[in-house]
Amino acid sequence: MAAPCVSCGRALSARLSLTVRASLARRPGHWKPSAVDWQMGAGSQRAIAYLFPSGLFEKRARPIMKHPDQIFPKQRGTPGPEMTGYVVWPRQARCHAIQWGKDGRPFHFLFYTGKPSYYSLMHEGYGKVLQLEKHKGPLPVKTQHSRDLIGSRWLIKEELEEMLVENLSDQDYMQFIRLLEKLSTLQCGPAEEEFVQRFRRGVAIQSKKQLIEPVQYDERGMAFSTSEGRRKSATAKAVVYEHGSGEISVNGMGYLHYFPVLQDREQLMFPFHFLDRLGKHDVTCTVCGGGRSAQAGAIRLAVAKALCSFITEDEVEWMRQAGLLTSDPRVRERKKPGQEGARRKFTWKKR
Amino acid sequence: MAPARTALPRLLCAGVRSARRWPGFLRKATPGPAGPSGRMLTGAPNPARSEPQDDHDLQRKILDLPLKHSDFFNVKELFSVKSLFEARVHLGHKAGCRHRFMEPYIFGSRLDQDIIDLEQTASHLQLALNFTAHVAYRKGIILFVSRNRQFMHLIENTAQNCGEYAHTRYFKGGLLTNAQLLFGPEVRLPDLIIFLHTLNNVFEPHVAVRDAAKMNIPTVGIVDTNCNPCLITYPIPGNDDSPPAVHLYCRLFCTTINRAKEKRRQMEILYQLPSVKRAEDSGTRRSS
Repeated sequence: MAAPCVSCGRALSARLSLTVRASLARRPGHWKPSAVDWQMGAGSQRAIAYLFPSGLFEKRARPIMKHPDQIFPKQRGTPGPEMTGYVVWPRQARCHAIQWGKDGRPFHFLFYTGKPSYYSLMHEGYGKVLQLEKHKGPLPVKTQHSRDLIGSRWLIKEELEEMLVENLSDQDYMQFIRLLEKLSTLQCGPAEEEFVQRFRRGVAIQSKKQLIEPVQYDERGMAFSTSEGRRKSATAKAVVYEHGSGEISVNGMGYLHYFPVLQDREQLMFPFHFLDRLGKHDVTCTVCGGGRSAQAGAIRLAVAKALCSFITEDEVEWMRQAGLLTSDPRVRERKKPGQEGARRKFTWKKR
Repeated sequence: MAPARTALPRLLCAGVRSARRWPGFLRKATPGPAGPSGRMLTGAPNPARSEPQDDHDLQRKILDLPLKHSDFFNVKELFSVKSLFEARVHLGHKAGCRHRFMEPYIFGSRLDQDIIDLEQTASHLQLALNFTAHVAYRKGIILFVSRNRQFMHLIENTAQNCGEYAHTRYFKGGLLTNAQLLFGPEVRLPDLIIFLHTLNNVFEPHVAVRDAAKMNIPTVGIVDTNCNPCLITYPIPGNDDSPPAVHLYCRLFCTTINRAKEKRRQMEILYQLPSVKRAEDSGTRRSS
């Protein structure tokens, strides 16, 4: 708006606050219309909306109730047909339905231990161990069953607690895992196998997560693949050609010129040296940021990732295990106040 | 030697408190199934008005009849002194481990090992089994307690076979004394606790012995020569470490309890309780 309104801006806000109070109090006698009101349009209505009490009609201010599952969590207990009532004590972490019948007799024979599901599981497991020892002997057998255990892990304590709907201690959990290990070392039939497998969860195989770049073709029909790599604050982009004579050009320069130090050149060579393909690929890369060694590390990572498109899956897995495909997470540690550097403290003076 | 016979009825009445506490389910108000003519299927007319009183009388008869006999369930035939001897029940610990209060039950010692008097054991065992049978007959909750890892599995299996309860694991403090908090406000505590091993893994008396005495729960316990028989209602002096002995005890308790439950079922059928008849008829209807 024009300059004249700047001076009455303060008056406007003063008037507005008065207006708000007046409208809330609903006492029309106190409100005197003035020239200011003519200036109130739709835009200014929106501008002063923050002065009005929200929460009455605002959608975001409506009361939200928790989902019933959060207030009454999963129940333990298999009530029989003569169950008296559904009683829950929400203040406990794990709530239970009534676990005894109309005559008061509990359903589970280990009810008085306090952790019936867990102890009945231990009882069952130990029973199986005794049975197997009776038939076959207590010593562990050369297992072909170890194959079934590869690629899976035991349940963690939280998962077991959730399964049994009971609170367990660490010692309970350890005892349980020990029992299952003992059971798995003995030669067992299909029933015992199924019992053990109930407590195994599959582990995602790391190598499958490796992203392999697709192979591209340039205008001359040469196969190549591109990839990026980072180390400290250096970023590198590498283009690796499938067939070549082992030439590496960095930022337009030859690698011998760009990296006079042997250590950096070794870093560049390492992926090829690892796969025995030293003179078979051509590399063109660009790198910026970081220092000498960081740039070398960034190029190494980029080259290794790009090479994945030309090699077998087993070789990719070997590279991953060698650490060629993992980006180095180390960055410069910040300096802390009260110290000279990140770790170095000021010289301690006795007096 | 044997505890006073006068104490027996008073102790047996300990199981009756369960009957007093839940009188509702003992009294069945609804009449049994009637034929098309309005008469009961057995043929006798059904007196509708005095039904609840008859029911109550029948219940009283069922519960009072066993108390009139000294050995209603004939537990004496389940064992003999010879069978106890063959199960090595008479072998105690070394004289150095002997507990002062076990001296009345010890026959003597041979080569520094205490020998338990099997005559006393037999009489104690008969009393204890009789009491267990009465408790099981009156549908009491029986809890087997032990802390010996060697026989843990066996005892849990025994409890499962009888349809009773077992606790052979770490005994949480306040399980009996603070049960309202641990389990819920309307939990029913055991009516009898049977200790197959009175000591825990550190050779101290099991906490449940003291807690059961606090909560007025009668206990039956196998006491070895190094155990304290004081707080146990029906102590049974005997060996608790040899496998044959413990197997024998488990078999005896299992047989007694099953026998008592079977007897109860038979008595209910014999006196033709309306509730049982209804259950029977619905059972036959379901099976047919």
